[in-house]
Amino acid sequence: MKRHLISAADLSVEDAILILDTAEEMSQVASRPIKKLPTLRGRTVVNLFFEDSTRTRTSFELAAKRLSADVINFSAKGSSVSKGESLKDTALTLQAMGADAVVIRHSASGAPHRLAHSGWIHGSVLNAGDGTHEHPTQALLDAFTMRRRLAGAPDGGPVPHGEAGDGTGRDLAGRRVAIVGDVLHSRVVRSNVHLLTTLGAEVTLVAPPTLLPIGVESWPCRVSYDLDEVLPKSDAVMMLRVQRERMNAAFFPTEREYSRRYGLNAERVARLPEHAIVMHPGPMNRGMEITAEVADSARSTIVEQVTNGVSVRMAALYLLLGGADLAASDSGR
Amino acid sequence: MSASRETPAQSPPTGRPVAASGSAPSGAAGFDPATARPVLEAPEIDRALTRIAHEIVERAKGAGDVVLLGIPRRGVPLARRLAERLARIEGREVPVGSLDITMYRDDLRMRPTRAPERTSIPPVGVDGRLVVLVDDVLFSGRTIRAALDALGDIGRPRAVQLAVLVDRGHRELPIRADYVGKNLPTSLRETVKVLLDEHDGRDAVLIGDRG
Repeated sequence: MKRHLISAADLSVEDAILILDTAEEMSQVASRPIKKLPTLRGRTVVNLFFEDSTRTRTSFELAAKRLSADVINFSAKGSSVSKGESLKDTALTLQAMGADAVVIRHSASGAPHRLAHSGWIHGSVLNAGDGTHEHPTQALLDAFTMRRRLAGAPDGGPVPHGEAGDGTGRDLAGRRVAIVGDVLHSRVVRSNVHLLTTLGAEVTLVAPPTLLPIGVESWPCRVSYDLDEVLPKSDAVMMLRVQRERMNAAFFPTEREYSRRYGLNAERVARLPEHAIVMHPGPMNRGMEITAEVADSARSTIVEQVTNGVSVRMAALYLLLGGADLAASDSGR
Repeated sequence: MSASRETPAQSPPTGRPVAASGSAPSGAAGFDPATARPVLEAPEIDRALTRIAHEIVERAKGAGDVVLLGIPRRGVPLARRLAERLARIEGREVPVGSLDITMYRDDLRMRPTRAPERTSIPPVGVDGRLVVLVDDVLFSGRTIRAALDALGDIGRPRAVQLAVLVDRGHRELPIRADYVGKNLPTSLRETVKVLLDEHDGRDAVLIGDRG
């Protein structure tokens, strides 16, 4: 394992499977009366959030606490960052406080990379979402959820809806995943395309042409503009949130038009294969990209994804922090 | 009673890293194949396990509430083998599971990260039961210390006992086994390696010099 988790593209298939397998063991802790391991006792994890994200921050916080680490939540709002402090000075402060790991969310793509490779801090850096770039732990929890549901049966096949499988040791070879919606603004997509491809899955992006980034043709995935054509060939459909706060240009005519062409409703779900699952990274716009009926159906893994997020983040924190501090022999690159 | 202690061949020198594993290194790190010689072969391992199974039944006065928990990796197949023998003696199934101790080790900060192994607790749980921990080699006792911590987070057994195939001495903690397949006085320069059919294709206990 590397010392930092900046991009899903950095993970080899062995790394990815190690994290997912470790997460499988971590998930058992959640079902115990004592949901705690002594593993990271005495280590300090800082959640450095320059952008609000209660969901991701809480997930990382819970994961670190379940491993007995001390957690400091550092949000930009109300801190010296809002008074003009730079990333460097914030990092030096955290280093002086003895942070062993920094979980960073930043609106600028590349901020976690800068933090990891500038030498400002000696601890591990975990990217919790940077700009429109990457969100690797989200991709890992999505892959974990897919592996459990689609490769979780003892024979490596899909488990019936509502049951929890165990895909330990397996990859996602041959599984077909459709990712639908605002690819342009989504950091989840980039991480997912890298990771799912590494794990052997075939990814198809479905979006209006205006919501696809320039250069998407060089990504290791297919692109389609027609959801109805892709659905029957998909083992998993991942709906992305329409980020209303980023819809500052005419990306699509009206919300109703978007919903009609790219929204997931019961009628469309009926076109999916029997075993296929419906995913959403949350938070959802019910009625826009996904109907309430679909979101609450047995095929939907939306709540499961949140639970799995804690297990995956525990695995990532353990694998980055649990061993000896190899900083002396490892330059961190 | 097989649990009599052998005197360690020599006391542990100071300054030795506390990283000493209770299990024989399975990757044979530091194990010199040229000097490896078998001290137990398959029939003796078989007999030792049968004897331990009878001792468990005798001490537990039947194996009514016994749960066997193997410590990965080689404790797990040993626990399964013991469970089979107990089932034959008692005429009914004995719950068996595995208990990974990776997250509870005291040397995590001194070694590269290791991947956790499988923990599976039988559906009956451990509350109020007699849990017999099963491992291949008892050495420093640190693995068993970690196992006791791990067990405490899972439930509250009525009592905990320890069964090991080989006790090689050199304890660093006040821990002893209740059932021992063979007491094997060793020097700290030596390495003990347990091979089991399930993992290694043959049953044997080898002793050799550190390479």
